[in-house]
Amino acid sequence: MDFSFLLLALGQIISPQTIAYALAALGLAVQFGFTGLLNFGQAGFMAIGGYAFAITTLRLGFPFWLAVLSTLVATTVMALILGIPTLRLRADYLAIVTIAAAEIIRYVVKTPDLIPITGGSDGLNGAAVTFDALNPIPPGSYGFGPLRYDENDLWIILVGWVFVIVVALLVRQLMRSPWGRVIKGIREDEDAVRSLGKNVFSYKMQSLILGGALGGLAAIINIIPTSLQPDNYGTQTTFFLLTIILLGGATTVFGPLVGAIVFWIVLSLADGFLSLAVQYHWLPITTIQQGPVRFIIVGVALMLIVIFRPSGLIGKKREAFFA
Amino acid sequence: MPDTTAERAALIDGAPAPGVKKTDPIVVADGVQRTFGGVHAVDVDHVEIPRGAITALIGPNGAGKTTFFNLLTGFDKPNHGSWSFDGKPIGGVPAYKVARRGMIRTFQLTKALSMLSVMENMRLGAQEQPGENIARALVPALWRRREQQITERAQDLLARFKLDAKADDFAASLSGGQRKLLEMARALMSDPKMIMLDEPMAGVNPALTQSLLHHILDLKSSGMTVLFVEHDMHVVREIADWVIVMAEGRIVAEGFPDEVMSDQAVIDAYLGSHHDTDLGDLTEEQQAELLDETQAEVEREEDRTDG
Ligand SMILES: Nc1ncnc2c1ncn2[C@@H]1O[C@H](COP(=O)(O)OP(=O)(O)OP(=O)(O)O)[C@@H](O)[C@H]1O
Ligand SMILES: [Mg+2]
Repeated sequence: MDFSFLLLALGQIISPQTIAYALAALGLAVQFGFTGLLNFGQAGFMAIGGYAFAITTLRLGFPFWLAVLSTLVATTVMALILGIPTLRLRADYLAIVTIAAAEIIRYVVKTPDLIPITGGSDGLNGAAVTFDALNPIPPGSYGFGPLRYDENDLWIILVGWVFVIVVALLVRQLMRSPWGRVIKGIREDEDAVRSLGKNVFSYKMQSLILGGALGGLAAIINIIPTSLQPDNYGTQTTFFLLTIILLGGATTVFGPLVGAIVFWIVLSLADGFLSLAVQYHWLPITTIQQGPVRFIIVGVALMLIVIFRPSGLIGKKREAFFA
Repeated sequence: MPDTTAERAALIDGAPAPGVKKTDPIVVADGVQRTFGGVHAVDVDHVEIPRGAITALIGPNGAGKTTFFNLLTGFDKPNHGSWSFDGKPIGGVPAYKVARRGMIRTFQLTKALSMLSVMENMRLGAQEQPGENIARALVPALWRRREQQITERAQDLLARFKLDAKADDFAASLSGGQRKLLEMARALMSDPKMIMLDEPMAGVNPALTQSLLHHILDLKSSGMTVLFVEHDMHVVREIADWVIVMAEGRIVAEGFPDEVMSDQAVIDAYLGSHHDTDLGDLTEEQQAELLDETQAEVEREEDRTDG
């Protein structure tokens, strides 16, 4: 029996995909967990950010930092477009608009007419050039067993984790500041906060922009080691992110990081065990059914968490969403 | 006690009547109308709130008191009408700006921020905290000192409202009455020019009501204007300098507390049956007397059955 999947699952702890999801989930936690904004289109923010980076790099030849800046501009513009008409209305309007916007973006970038710009359904390859050009790590193969990384993999993993930790510390500082107090107040009751002289609309906008920007930056980390695939930014991604923050603790800063790691490990382990189960006929399912079944497992895990640890793995009990 | 009668008489410029001019109004509203479907929730021709006094807004359920509060403070938009606060028009000004100008309101249905501590609730009420700006928030050195001042003021107010022992608890753990107190204390954090309280005494126990009444009187002596909605006539009589009566959206009477309460139009519109001398209308001494009498009677009764 091949148990190498156990080590591969361990590899999920540091994989760029985990970093990306941790960062995007942190953005969502800022919006949803701390401010109470129902952003159901975080995948859309990731897509916009990812495309801004890849298009400016590949089509316009922007240097790395300028391409990153384009991502921030793009996600900010998206936040403004979605936020200005909805943030004055009841919370559910933002949810509807963001979920629709994310899907619109995905369909638009896949339009055949836009292939020269967006690459259509094939997405965009090679946006990592400017980032890899900054790599100081000597070429070679690093790691052990089935966990092997070349110098560029290692580079994005290192930069990615340092970046996520720094961002998380900054967000923690924000949430402990008077700014964070206003933000959390808005989550509890925005009229009360308004009655105390705070410009609630502006704070909600800031939160939407900040969370969206983290989503965009996450997409950069996601596409650098692989490529930009439009279908990676569908509704499913947003729900993975929601799962991650509920798993880790939606009202904590490090919860999304823990949640992302646990999520990908569980998914990867479920995959490995199911492969074995299929191979040795322990379960009456086929290889094709294996994919959906692992999501059932994740769904059950999520239900158990909501029941037994409603505040997430590291959340404080009193701030639970499902208490 | 200062000569309240003379003091009160100086508030108005004319004979007591709906819409009467005040010598020094802080709020002046004209032609304010708000309809919900066909219901005229508020339909006020002209009203002035006297500065530096305690004004009670009374009226039966559904009279439009809360809606009028919402309109004045920018939480709701009227069909038409204009009003000014402290000499400047504030119709159409967003709620948060109204608050910043010094007109702070509380809510009939309390809005304690449950998942924040009582202290954080209080701090949120303060103005001019530079750390509420996202960029400065990242540099604690820029806001620590102000935070210290805010915290001291909050402790002070919490002590006054007997909530100091609860400072570090989540607001969710407070009782209904304590939440009312917290909301009022929080509103005072910014040192407003005018405070508007929507049924501040509802659900607060009688002993605390007395001390709350003293706080409100203190606010007045510190120069603040108070406008409050209240159903308990005993409270109105005890602290209000001026009473405005609403019914079906209109202002049906205005006057000094004692006179308004004996006004037949008011009794008809509002007080109706429950104006027959009930306990709420008696002063404390009268209540005590009544109690003594009843007790004495009971004792006599018992003596007789024993004998
Ligand atoms: N959002 C709303 N939608 C529809 N009708 C409303 C709304 N708010 C208030 N009303 C109506 O407006 C009228 C006035 O209501 P309001 O809450 O101002 O009364 P109130 O004087 O504060 O009463 P209470 O003493 O019971 O608090 C009522 O008839 C009420 O049904
Ligand atoms: Mg009311």
